[in-house]
Amino acid sequence: MSTGIEAGALPVTATPATGYRADRTRPGLAHLRRLALACVVPAALAAVWQFTTAGRPYSLIPPPAEVWAELQDLAVGGVNDDAFSGTLWTHLAASLGRVYGGFALAAAAALPLGLLIGRVPVIRALFDPVLQVLRPVPVTAWLPLAMILFGLGPRSAFFLVFLGAFYPILVNTVFGVRSVEPRLFEAAAMLGCTGPAQFVRVVLPAALPSIFTGLRLGLGFAWVVIVVGEMTGVQTGLGAIIMEARQLSRTEIVICGMAVIGVAGFVSDWLVMQLGRRLLAWSPNHG
Amino acid sequence: MADPTIPILDMRAVSKTYAAGGRRTEALREADLTVSRGEFVCLLGASGCGKSTLLRVAAGFEAPSSGEALMWGKPIAGPGPSRGMVFQDYGLFPWLTVRDNIGFGPKARGRPAAEVREVAERYIALVGLQAFADAYPHQLSGGMKQRVAIARVLANEAEVVLMDEPFGALDAMTRERLQDELLDLWSRTSLTILFVTHAIEEAIFLADRIVMMSPGPGRIEAVHDVDLKRRRDVSSPAFNDLRRMLAAQLHSHHAPRAAA
Repeated sequence: MSTGIEAGALPVTATPATGYRADRTRPGLAHLRRLALACVVPAALAAVWQFTTAGRPYSLIPPPAEVWAELQDLAVGGVNDDAFSGTLWTHLAASLGRVYGGFALAAAAALPLGLLIGRVPVIRALFDPVLQVLRPVPVTAWLPLAMILFGLGPRSAFFLVFLGAFYPILVNTVFGVRSVEPRLFEAAAMLGCTGPAQFVRVVLPAALPSIFTGLRLGLGFAWVVIVVGEMTGVQTGLGAIIMEARQLSRTEIVICGMAVIGVAGFVSDWLVMQLGRRLLAWSPNHG
Repeated sequence: MADPTIPILDMRAVSKTYAAGGRRTEALREADLTVSRGEFVCLLGASGCGKSTLLRVAAGFEAPSSGEALMWGKPIAGPGPSRGMVFQDYGLFPWLTVRDNIGFGPKARGRPAAEVREVAERYIALVGLQAFADAYPHQLSGGMKQRVAIARVLANEAEVVLMDEPFGALDAMTRERLQDELLDLWSRTSLTILFVTHAIEEAIFLADRIVMMSPGPGRIEAVHDVDLKRRRDVSSPAFNDLRRMLAAQLHSHHAPRAAA
């Protein structure tokens, strides 16, 4: 993978990735092509949706146009003017707060714990068995217990999102720490960096690519469990609006909620990727 | 710095036995070696002769099973900046640029940022990597990586440089160039170098003194002073005589023991 620049062959800073260049030769065209390809499957699905639902009054699934109108109503109102009109942003903000709050809490807990489990045998012996047993328990199974522990409402939702994000971050952090080349610890030690200082100067940066994968997966899971999390009786949130619309048989609102979660999850993943590119510019496998 | 009459490195009857899975392997038996300040010493031998073990004991990565490892007369308690190590596989920090790899030691030891930077620049220049100061290790060739590894140890004010087959993974031309550069560095400083190799020619080209080691168990077999004038001509008769003699000695370790 290394570009292996010989002395003097290149002036200064070498560009990182190879293969990057292929896209660069004709950026406009390659970009367009990728965009066009990405649209093929959604367009086909939309067509199927349209043909199977439009013009059938007894269809339980509303046609695309109806969902689109509902989405506009949810966002700015002016179509139905009912209890849901113009409420999208409130719900989105509530869900964003829980997703990022729960995710941040999960990262704050899983990162240090993962570093310690990966590096300190006693900590590993203490925590690893428990965590291995708890890990397969699905977040949905925690729902009743969460409601007992944290009551009905946002705190339970927060807790469930936290759980969903916690394990991927933890597991990938432990993996990253355990795969640090032993040589790097020797190198650090002979340069005068020993003991706990190695956590910051060696373990953390060396494990960063893997930690980053964990954060990305964790954030993804946070979005996945948000609907379950908001089934705990909260008033706002995209999960809450989906549950409420379901009870009222407003399927078009359910679909709108799903679409907004999808887009929000996609955008937040994209943001994390951008951050990763900047932080991992040194890695031949990233950036 | 201590009393000049005391050797910088003093290995006294150093033995090392590894126990793994109920089996005990004697990697090194009663090695005695003293190195004076400013000396260039090569440990030469085939694999399994304990040369890397002896080097790692000097580095402080391994504690002797018996015997003593001393620096300036004091026991070596663990790895430290006074004994810098250059590994065959470089051991550079892949997330740091050349500049930050070289500044790693001073920074880890709490030097002020301005000083770290100044030291890094000085040693980048010393190994001729100014154009690559901001490159990451994966963007460098093997020879350049090893220059960074050497610079990083020197920037950390190492008195002894321990080198574990540092040029073993490089192509022949790069290896020769780095050998020259290393000798040049060594002659301009008061560095003490302990250099592990299995290449006879490399040992003769570089060393003041060649410590010949033999396997099964690893031990010091003989010590030869190299009195050839530097820069040594690898095609000279004297060089070849020494090479022939060392080769005969090196190969004599093999045959009878394998039969036994």
